[in-house]
Amino acid sequence: MRKRPLRNVSVVAPGTMIEALSLQRSFSSRCVVRDLSLSVRPGQILGLLGPNGAGKTTTLRMLAGVLAPDAGVARIGGHDVQRQALAARRVLGYLPEGAPLYAEMSVHALLMFVARVRGLRRAHLAQRYAHVVQALELENLLGQTIGTLSKGQRRRVGLAQAILHDPPALILDEPTDGLDPNQQASVRKLLRGLARERAIIVSTHLLEDVPQLCNRLALLVQGRLLTDTTPAEFVARSRYRGAVSFTAPAAGPVRAALGLLPEVDTVEIDALSGRVTVLPKPGRELLPRVQALLASYQVQPRELVLEAGRMDDVFRGMTETDVTEAMP
Amino acid sequence: MSGLRAVLRRELHAYWTTSVAWLFLIAFLLLAGVCTFFMGDFFPRGQADLTAFFIFVPWLLLVLVPAASMRLWAEERRGGTFELLLTLPLTPLAAMLGKFLAAWVFVALALMLTFPLWLTVNYLGHPDNGAILAAYLGSMLLAGALLAVGACLSALTRNQVVAFVLSLLVGLAYLLGGAPQVQDALAPQLPPVVLRTLLEFSMLARFQHIARGVLDLGDVLYFVATIVVWLGAGALLLKHIEAD
Repeated sequence: MRKRPLRNVSVVAPGTMIEALSLQRSFSSRCVVRDLSLSVRPGQILGLLGPNGAGKTTTLRMLAGVLAPDAGVARIGGHDVQRQALAARRVLGYLPEGAPLYAEMSVHALLMFVARVRGLRRAHLAQRYAHVVQALELENLLGQTIGTLSKGQRRRVGLAQAILHDPPALILDEPTDGLDPNQQASVRKLLRGLARERAIIVSTHLLEDVPQLCNRLALLVQGRLLTDTTPAEFVARSRYRGAVSFTAPAAGPVRAALGLLPEVDTVEIDALSGRVTVLPKPGRELLPRVQALLASYQVQPRELVLEAGRMDDVFRGMTETDVTEAMP
Repeated sequence: MSGLRAVLRRELHAYWTTSVAWLFLIAFLLLAGVCTFFMGDFFPRGQADLTAFFIFVPWLLLVLVPAASMRLWAEERRGGTFELLLTLPLTPLAAMLGKFLAAWVFVALALMLTFPLWLTVNYLGHPDNGAILAAYLGSMLLAGALLAVGACLSALTRNQVVAFVLSLLVGLAYLLGGAPQVQDALAPQLPPVVLRTLLEFSMLARFQHIARGVLDLGDVLYFVATIVVWLGAGALLLKHIEAD
């Protein structure tokens, strides 16, 4: 039996635009999101990361008011999305998963429909319409039927309808999915620009989205929020932080010698490219020792890099560890 | 109100950009012609009226109205646009009313396109145009009530065929409850008060009353109340439906 959402669990934090308080949701007795709390202020783009089935879309749907939580409260602009739904929806722009749109409508007709439902006045509408059409490069698609658009084009139209009314809060489920690299860069730039005065949550499975787009990162695994941090702090947890990597011809003997250095934890060699990556023991500095060793062996390295860390490494480490731990 | 108007416009537009509208109109007009002239003995009757047409209207609407209403919400849920709609500042009642009114306008157009029948009887004789107007009004009210049933039941499922069958069955129950044959058949099994209630709630009996040219306020209120109740139930249902 679903519990009623708690009323007035806490007062909304000052400046908070999107807020989740102890959200919980199950489907057929399987708990998909458990006790999830987070808040996003204007100026923040929170990237919601997680493996498939982690509960990202369910979380976004509860935040947008599309799904009712079994317990907890979601607020947009201070409005409870369940009890003050209309007020919350007025300040929210939402891009659902897969960008579902009316296939038989033209892009122009869809944008006008959304504008009318949102009650945009003529002058404001003209200005906003021109802005989103230009920002999302829709000029040549306006007369086209949505059913005939590509996945990336649909995504851009979905984004356009989400930002048309200039909302202070945006919830976007995989906004760059299906876009080509140029369009991805353009959408990231647009969202970064929007974030100056808005609170934005994006879910993504593209790890490269996070450092380029987000200034906050939340990792969701099996419905639980494992971490809520900055991308830089997240990457800093990587085993590869402070690692030195390089490629060098005939580096066979030096590889063996690298493994004997007291600062070295592991030496990895990429079978395809032959690139050598030397991982440090925790808290140890590697670069001077590696450079000295290479010089003593008279090896001229190419592309010698001191790594800041790898996001996919931390992601895999945290998600796989958690899944393994959760197994009986 | 702006939300309601926007939904109404979108729905009307959607009818014409899909094949639903054309199929519906062609089927309705063809069947209306066949029923009136071949099954309704229009010419052998030798009377300048549209009884031969209006006698079949409830049965035509029973089949064709669910065809128009089945997509109203089932299509939104199947296509995922229901999720988009749920995040727009639109009350469930405004959304339900917008869709209902669009479908009603569309059925009204179908009924209006039977005007050649009216021209024919006026050419052939001197019909009671007041009675014909009342019968058209009764047809509109009946269509509205069946549409309200269909709009509500369409919100129950994401499968249009299921929505169609459900609407057809409920509509059939509403019509048959007042049919003389059904009343006679049930008379030995059911107490008079139940039979009377079935008759009171029968759309067929109410429609036939109006179609005879008797515009009773009770009949009009019955149809209006039926529309309000089903649309209200539909709006309530929408409030509790989540995105699939």
